[in-house]
Amino acid sequence: MEHIVIIGNGISGVTAARHIRKLSDKKITIISSETEHFFSRTALMYIYMGHMKFENTKPYEDWFWKKNRIELKKALVEKIDAENKQLLLQDGSSFSYDKLILATGSKPNKFGWPGQDLDGVMGMYHKQDLESLEKYAPNNKVCKRAVIVGGGLIGIELAEMLHSRNIPVTFLVREASFWNGVLPEQESEMINKEILENHIDLRLGVNLKEIKADKNSKVKSIVIAETGEEIACNVVGLTAGVSPNINFVKESSIETNRGILVNRFLETSEKDIYAIGDCAEQHEAIGQRRPIEAVWYTGRMMGETVAQTICGNRIEYKPGHWFNSAKFVDIEYQTYGWVWAKPRENEARFFWKDTTGKKAIHLNYDKETQEFIGINTFGIRLRHEFFDNVLTEKKSVTHVLEHFKDANFDPEFFKQHEEAIVSQFNKENGTNLQVKKKSWKRIFSKA
Amino acid sequence: MNTMKVIKNIGLVISLIGFAIFTSSMFTGTNKVSEETFNTWASQKVKSEVFIEKAKQEIVGKELSAAQLSSKIVDIAKQSNEYHKSQKEIAWDKIIWIKWNKTYKDFVYPLVRASATGWVVKNQGLFFFLTFGLAILGGLLFFGADYKLLGPAGIKNNGIFQHSATNRGVLGMIAFVYFVSFYMLLYFFPNYLINPILSVNPIKQALNGNASDQWFLYGFMYCSVMTVFAIRMFIKYRHNNYQIVRTAVVLFFQIAFAFLIPEILVAFNKPWFDFKNAWPLNYTFFFDWNINSLIENGNLGIFMLVWGIILTLVIVPVMVYFYGKRWYCSWVCGCGGLAETLGDPYRQLSSKSLFSWKVERWLIHGVLVFATVMTALTLYTYFAEMETWKELAFGLSVYDVQSSYGFLIGSIFSGVIGTGFYPILGNRVWCRFGCPLAAYMGLVQRFKSRFRITTNGGQCISCGNCSTYCEQGIDVRSYAQKGENIVRSSCVGCGVCSAVCPRGVLKLENGPEDGRINPTQVLLGNDVDLIKLMNEK
Repeated sequence: MEHIVIIGNGISGVTAARHIRKLSDKKITIISSETEHFFSRTALMYIYMGHMKFENTKPYEDWFWKKNRIELKKALVEKIDAENKQLLLQDGSSFSYDKLILATGSKPNKFGWPGQDLDGVMGMYHKQDLESLEKYAPNNKVCKRAVIVGGGLIGIELAEMLHSRNIPVTFLVREASFWNGVLPEQESEMINKEILENHIDLRLGVNLKEIKADKNSKVKSIVIAETGEEIACNVVGLTAGVSPNINFVKESSIETNRGILVNRFLETSEKDIYAIGDCAEQHEAIGQRRPIEAVWYTGRMMGETVAQTICGNRIEYKPGHWFNSAKFVDIEYQTYGWVWAKPRENEARFFWKDTTGKKAIHLNYDKETQEFIGINTFGIRLRHEFFDNVLTEKKSVTHVLEHFKDANFDPEFFKQHEEAIVSQFNKENGTNLQVKKKSWKRIFSKA
Repeated sequence: MNTMKVIKNIGLVISLIGFAIFTSSMFTGTNKVSEETFNTWASQKVKSEVFIEKAKQEIVGKELSAAQLSSKIVDIAKQSNEYHKSQKEIAWDKIIWIKWNKTYKDFVYPLVRASATGWVVKNQGLFFFLTFGLAILGGLLFFGADYKLLGPAGIKNNGIFQHSATNRGVLGMIAFVYFVSFYMLLYFFPNYLINPILSVNPIKQALNGNASDQWFLYGFMYCSVMTVFAIRMFIKYRHNNYQIVRTAVVLFFQIAFAFLIPEILVAFNKPWFDFKNAWPLNYTFFFDWNINSLIENGNLGIFMLVWGIILTLVIVPVMVYFYGKRWYCSWVCGCGGLAETLGDPYRQLSSKSLFSWKVERWLIHGVLVFATVMTALTLYTYFAEMETWKELAFGLSVYDVQSSYGFLIGSIFSGVIGTGFYPILGNRVWCRFGCPLAAYMGLVQRFKSRFRITTNGGQCISCGNCSTYCEQGIDVRSYAQKGENIVRSSCVGCGVCSAVCPRGVLKLENGPEDGRINPTQVLLGNDVDLIKLMNEK
């Protein structure tokens, strides 16, 4: 029986294992050194905040793996011997495979800051990071202030976590406005406000110079490069992005760049070795996507795809239209299609914000053809299927606005804003669009 | 910020004082049975002259505590029984039936209630303020302070699993013991609840001129608790209109339909009737005494009888078809109302395991079968004009079946376990594992309904907030992460899974049946050819 070995028990590796099991009777082993069972990394924050227990973050009960004959091995892989199809483990033993899937995920970036390895400095990615945070920042008596370095999605989550335990937070963001490499100005400004409203000390346009230690080599303070200001703190969170977790792969014969290089079939340069999820890097980016995509659902989709190839149905990884979501403290965010931080040559934009300043939508469409390109939505939930259809069928922005009630995914009794949105669009563009009533027929007709 | 914390703590202290007075009042007060009270009671309850004679010596005119009086009554009953049993010819009608779950509430309680004396009896209004008044006032301050303390509107579940009260810690256990004890006393030993019952006497008097009993205490308490905790819900979910509307409606149905209307009906000499309580949750609806009482009450009684039947046979299934069983379970039902208010802090404690789901299905459908069989037998004897206490088969009478249902399901399961176990098993213990009406509606919801929780394409990140906060123990995530809609018989449509989802993945909807159940292998967002290939298999 062919033995499939998967390194990494995150969403990519586990999805691959599940789908291989659905499609075949192969022997499957998942190796991980992080935890015994698969858990949802995205929920780590909720454990610290007390919304959940670790048990609640496991998507499958512990009996699931045995029942589905997926073997779990807690071990750290140190070397891959592609020629002999062998893995060398940290305990010195070796482990053989017939096909190998690398799904090792990411690790937090560290940019060589002085003091970056002190006690009390951590990322927020692995379960071990959570344990470390619990140790150094259990409450605001032990941790009088925390400094977070890096303004991305994990940074704001970490700020929210610490804030939930009333720990004062200083949030250092390199950019002039939060996440403005991804979000257009208006949205970025909105999130700045949300951060400040939660009493998080947001510092924009600043960089970390160094982290200073006390005599026990524990964090004492940080220094800001631009101003030289020293801020006393007990914990430093490094959240300046992530990069593929592939140190041990680099020493093997497998071709790597920032990530493990793969072709469209998720195959690496070595036969019978595949890479999926955060650690995989496409030779050439797919569409407008980045060559490395550290996103939950792309990891899952690569797992779904590679399982086909391994089970004899060799297919390309062809993700559909871009979408994503996040939550910035209390503001939910979804995006479908592309809305760049800065409009491109051919693009026109439409931005609408409600009076509370906590809800907004931003439409991106082609100036000439009016074709819908993408939407950002804040505080209003929208239907994925609706926008997937719109993008596939290259519908116009006016089509989207007229059918905006079909797209709404907010819970019942929520205030509806379609009329206000469309009337503002009409005003700005001299059009006379009318919102159509919600139609189940249209929602369900996929073509 | 700090002033709000102080207000919160003051509220807590005031509320606890109210509860302390309420609880300790059980152990205070004296009873003095007058000749007249005794004779009235004895003429209804006792046939044994031995009992009456002895009781007159030992009880009448004496100052006794409720506990002393209760145990004296039972002691004398035992002695009297012994005497009668020692006679050559036993006078069975003079034997006083002694059983722990019947004797105290049916035999002892009425005399203790009628003979209460002391400070509380004379100061009922003040006593009401010192118990209910303080508890409610304190509760409102305690939860009201959250408006500021919780921070800006949004999902604020911080610290729930780190707090002893909401994570089966010591405080949770104390609440558990308190709830269970209260239900045990309420159902089986109301003779120890005399002063608490007296605290609501002025309200009962004002409503229909009668004296309050344990059921009125329960009803009033139920409404008060729901009101205070509904305000907590309004504050906690002030950003979520579904939660606000739902909570307001369920509170309205409790206060108007389960509490005020029945009391007012009684004031006009009409039968006590809860118009929203549908069979088989309302398991006594087809009992002979209920049918007879309705028939004897003219047009209104007949209307009630017909309404009850239409409610179960037509309104319930039709409404479940259009809106799912949520229209009842979390918008109308009293049990659901308490679960969604008082029980909300415990929702995360329900078990999500596959094992629990199996237990749930056996239990809840078992109760439905039990209720149906009992009702069928009841109706059989009713139309056959048989006495319910006559043996039907296997040495059992219909009365035996009814009273074991009443004891096991009506009291122990729905009350003691159903509510008492909130702090351990989550807030929908009864609704999930026991309620026969929920089982009935669940079957309709699963197989013939427009209701579902729609999963939003491929947006799920498997975080598990939805499953964690599902009071019914549904592993919502297991569907959402597959891109599948949630169509489950047990879903009561509380909407909290949708509220706590950080990515906007879940929406409660009533839509066409077509495509309601949508098993998927590969989620939206992946290659269209792969989706086609996998999902067509």
